[in-house]
Amino acid sequence: MTAIRAPFRIRGGVHPHDSKSATSALPVETAAVPPRLLVSASQHLGAPSKPVVKKGDAVLRGQVIAEASGYVSSAVHAPTSGTVKSVTSMLTATARHAFVVEIEPDGQDKWVEPLHPMADWTSAAPRDLVNRIAAAGIVGMGGAGFPTQVKLSPPPGKSIDTVIINGAECEPFLTADHRLMLEQSDAVWLGARIIRHILGASRLFVGIEDNKPDAIAAMEKAMAGADGETGVIILKSRYPQGAEKQLIRSVTGREVPSGGLPMDVGAVVENVATAAAVAAAVTRGVPLTERVITITGECVKNPRNLLARVGTPISWLIEQCGGLTGSVGKVISGGPMMGVALPDLDVGANKTTSGVLAISRESARQFGSEPCIACGRCVIACPSGLLPCTLSEHIEAEQFDDAERISVLDCIECGACAFECPARRPLVQHMRQGKQTVLTRRRAREAAARGKEERK
Amino acid sequence: MSAPEKTALAVSSSPHAHSGASVRGIMMDVLVAMIPAGIAAFMFFGWNAIRLILVCSATSVLAEWATRRIMKREAAIDDLSAVVTGVLLAFNLPPSLPSWMAAVGAFAAVVIAKQVYGGLGYNVFNPALVGRTVLLISFPVAMTTWTMPSLYCAGMDAVTTATPLGAWKTAWSAGAAPEGFFAAFPLSGLVTGNRPGCLGETSAIALGLGAIYLLLRRCIYWHAPAGFFGAVAVISASLYALDPARNLPPAYHLLSGGLFLGAFFMATDMVTTPVTRSGQLIFGLGCGLLTMVIRRWGGYPEGVSFSILIMNSLTPLINRATRPRVFGTRSKLA
Amino acid sequence: MDPVIQHTILIGMAGLVCGALLALVSHYFAVHEDPTVEALTAALPGINCGGCGYAGCAAYAKAVATENIGLDLCKPGGAETVAKMAAITGRTASAREREVAVVLCNGSRERARQAALYNGVADCAAADLVAGGGKSCRFGCLGFGSCARVCPTGAIEIADSLAVVHPELCIGCGKCTGACPRKLIKLVPESRSIHVLCINRDRGPDVKKVCDVGCIGCTLCSKACNNEGIKMDGFLAVVDYTVPLNSPEIATKCPTKAIAVRPGVKKEAAA
Repeated sequence: MTAIRAPFRIRGGVHPHDSKSATSALPVETAAVPPRLLVSASQHLGAPSKPVVKKGDAVLRGQVIAEASGYVSSAVHAPTSGTVKSVTSMLTATARHAFVVEIEPDGQDKWVEPLHPMADWTSAAPRDLVNRIAAAGIVGMGGAGFPTQVKLSPPPGKSIDTVIINGAECEPFLTADHRLMLEQSDAVWLGARIIRHILGASRLFVGIEDNKPDAIAAMEKAMAGADGETGVIILKSRYPQGAEKQLIRSVTGREVPSGGLPMDVGAVVENVATAAAVAAAVTRGVPLTERVITITGECVKNPRNLLARVGTPISWLIEQCGGLTGSVGKVISGGPMMGVALPDLDVGANKTTSGVLAISRESARQFGSEPCIACGRCVIACPSGLLPCTLSEHIEAEQFDDAERISVLDCIECGACAFECPARRPLVQHMRQGKQTVLTRRRAREAAARGKEERK
Repeated sequence: MSAPEKTALAVSSSPHAHSGASVRGIMMDVLVAMIPAGIAAFMFFGWNAIRLILVCSATSVLAEWATRRIMKREAAIDDLSAVVTGVLLAFNLPPSLPSWMAAVGAFAAVVIAKQVYGGLGYNVFNPALVGRTVLLISFPVAMTTWTMPSLYCAGMDAVTTATPLGAWKTAWSAGAAPEGFFAAFPLSGLVTGNRPGCLGETSAIALGLGAIYLLLRRCIYWHAPAGFFGAVAVISASLYALDPARNLPPAYHLLSGGLFLGAFFMATDMVTTPVTRSGQLIFGLGCGLLTMVIRRWGGYPEGVSFSILIMNSLTPLINRATRPRVFGTRSKLA
Repeated sequence: MDPVIQHTILIGMAGLVCGALLALVSHYFAVHEDPTVEALTAALPGINCGGCGYAGCAAYAKAVATENIGLDLCKPGGAETVAKMAAITGRTASAREREVAVVLCNGSRERARQAALYNGVADCAAADLVAGGGKSCRFGCLGFGSCARVCPTGAIEIADSLAVVHPELCIGCGKCTGACPRKLIKLVPESRSIHVLCINRDRGPDVKKVCDVGCIGCTLCSKACNNEGIKMDGFLAVVDYTVPLNSPEIATKCPTKAIAVRPGVKKEAAA
């Protein structure tokens, strides 16, 4: 078993400067527990969790503070022991409001007892393992935050033959996954095998971009002597190589149908950090309460990779890196291509926060309102095969039916189009607005149709 | 509290990174790419070249500034697109054209072809070509009076002559091949630019240099020029093979007239040509076909400008027909 | 024959033939429209605002004529239109009170805080997706005028990043209520003049952090009117438009001036 080049290529894509050198050689350091934790109850895709603690409650590390409120939802655990100061609606690291549990740590960092390690997962029933993962509150840590237990429970009739562990980390600046693969390659590989076991898949691949040769080597070493069809797939460094559908295409040549899910083509993709979290949850019984975050950007004094508790305020993380310097223009939660610009730094890091990026006023890009000059660069860059220029013009003119007709819903919001646009049009924002409006209208249409049916 | 505090952060939609490309940068690249052809124009047509380039670009910029002011739109002359239009128009004019006519052309290009449609990005037709067409219809004699190029000597008393394509067509409308045609217009003159014609269209070598620069800077793609040259080459070669006496050899069709200027600088104009690369190829092929039809059977000796303008009008249709396949779907129509 | 006469006859005959053809065509291909529908359409204001829920005045007229649809759905038309339509159809109906839109936010640029500098599409729905356009209050008016753009009569003005409805121009079609991504615009009876211009449901201290004129949930107003007319909904005072509320002094009770007295088109006394 050796690493092989990805047999297929993605459509389009762009090549932004990767800017990873500031932190790619820095080992992950464990951050102290901050004096205040802001733990959001909505750190995942789907229904927000329901807080189950109230002001004044004492909590222990690993205790459930918000429980899943539906099938696509996830539990949230206290990241340390302490007292609940408040449970209110606050701004979160997604730049949206959600219920946030504010915890004042007591400094003991005492775990809730008892934890339930599992000695032999190879003979465990997949259902039990999935329940453990659900109980540990694990969500996709690559950014989207899809609850992992849902991904690992394909409905009957869908069989999964391929598991892909996503170590592409195609976002510039971020090195959290890179460091994790170097330093915890065994945990990642263990998690990967657990996922394969749960899904009963025959093939297990780890996809890594070719700009991280050391991570490729580390993962190969960890995977040496593995059973079954496994391997490291070396991906061409090209954004958005690590997007779920694009990764499946590069590795297997299969295309997830428009409007479909990876399981429709027999594949499941999990981020490397998610895999490591799965390993911890299954073998040690530990819920997800911390993650590696890259704090970087030209305005961060000493960029670092920190292992930080979920809920650690972004402002505190930046302080741990020597604070901000220069004229800060923008602070981004996530990477520069898909991250969210934060209006306020007093927000807690989420399970999905892979990076904090502070960039200067000069290099913070400015969108304009110039008209499209039809250069076609966005068309070449779009990995989904859309016409971003035409779509954005339709949406600007509020021609949402036209936008729907030319597949606005297939946009993955990767930002490749807006990265290239010489007129600096806010293409991704147009797409988001278009997708939202199209979906709202579609729901209204369906509701109206249902109403008509009932009246008949 | 109205203004955000000093430390206020900016929020905007992702992506937060950018390639650095700008409309102004692209226009600057086009201007740089036109420098070799400008130098060639000066070498062969002397001060007339400088005069027309200055008149056209100055009028364009002034017209752009004035119209946007009158229409109460944001000023846009700093995107340099008006300068590009002006220089391109100058390249499309006979060297002896009076300055005031050139100014009329530049005015028509910017005001009628561009600003009336809403400005850069909204125009349907290539502004410089609209300017040239307006002049050709309004001042047919001045627009078809050609002077002999003379290396380094600015000739105010320049000898009037005909372009290669013009000479061929005039002679054949009288019923016979022009005498001494191949001696009067050697291929070497067509390559270097030492031949009568519009200011900036004569020097294939200079235009080629500019095109290489644009290709390297990713300002243009090879598809439209390849289609254009390909169609002209195939059709002219077929015609020549059928009747060598009646038809010009393919090399003459490729190197004379405005083909180099049109294929590299106008069939690649971003606004008025398709956004997909397959569409650009179709656009080029269509231009080539129409050019050959006009040259061989039309009333004008040259057809590059008209063919590009006709294809401009088909651009939305080509865009629609060449939509890429959406990821995860079988057909482009899904 | 004189060519002039000749031509006159020729053209006259051609005109006759064409006229006859047209007459035949219009006779055989005529679209037979219900005279009631025509009369109803003529009775409606003809501005096609869509406020009735139908795709224009003609569509509503047809619905009235063919189905048993209420006559009082036309908001711009008011009592006059209802009376005309009642006369045409022979049905009885009374007009509802005319409604006008009101923007339930008073947080202009001076009064509400801005958390960040927004750079992007100047549209409320689009800005709402990007950190709420940088506005600190997540309930407040974004001020990009998406409501003003859909208003058929130009009744909405954007002043200092705040949408304000001019009631005398408003026809009550309700298009703006759907255009606002924050659901800030409400149709209220036109005689009503007292409004709580805030929908922020956060606790008082949190509201104060983001805006000078927000409702802080102090309950002074609802107590002043014995919980009639203005009721508390959590930390937010809400005007109950079904109950009369005729004391403009109540606005003076509000410590943050979140309650506004805006003159209705018809004076309160006349109502």
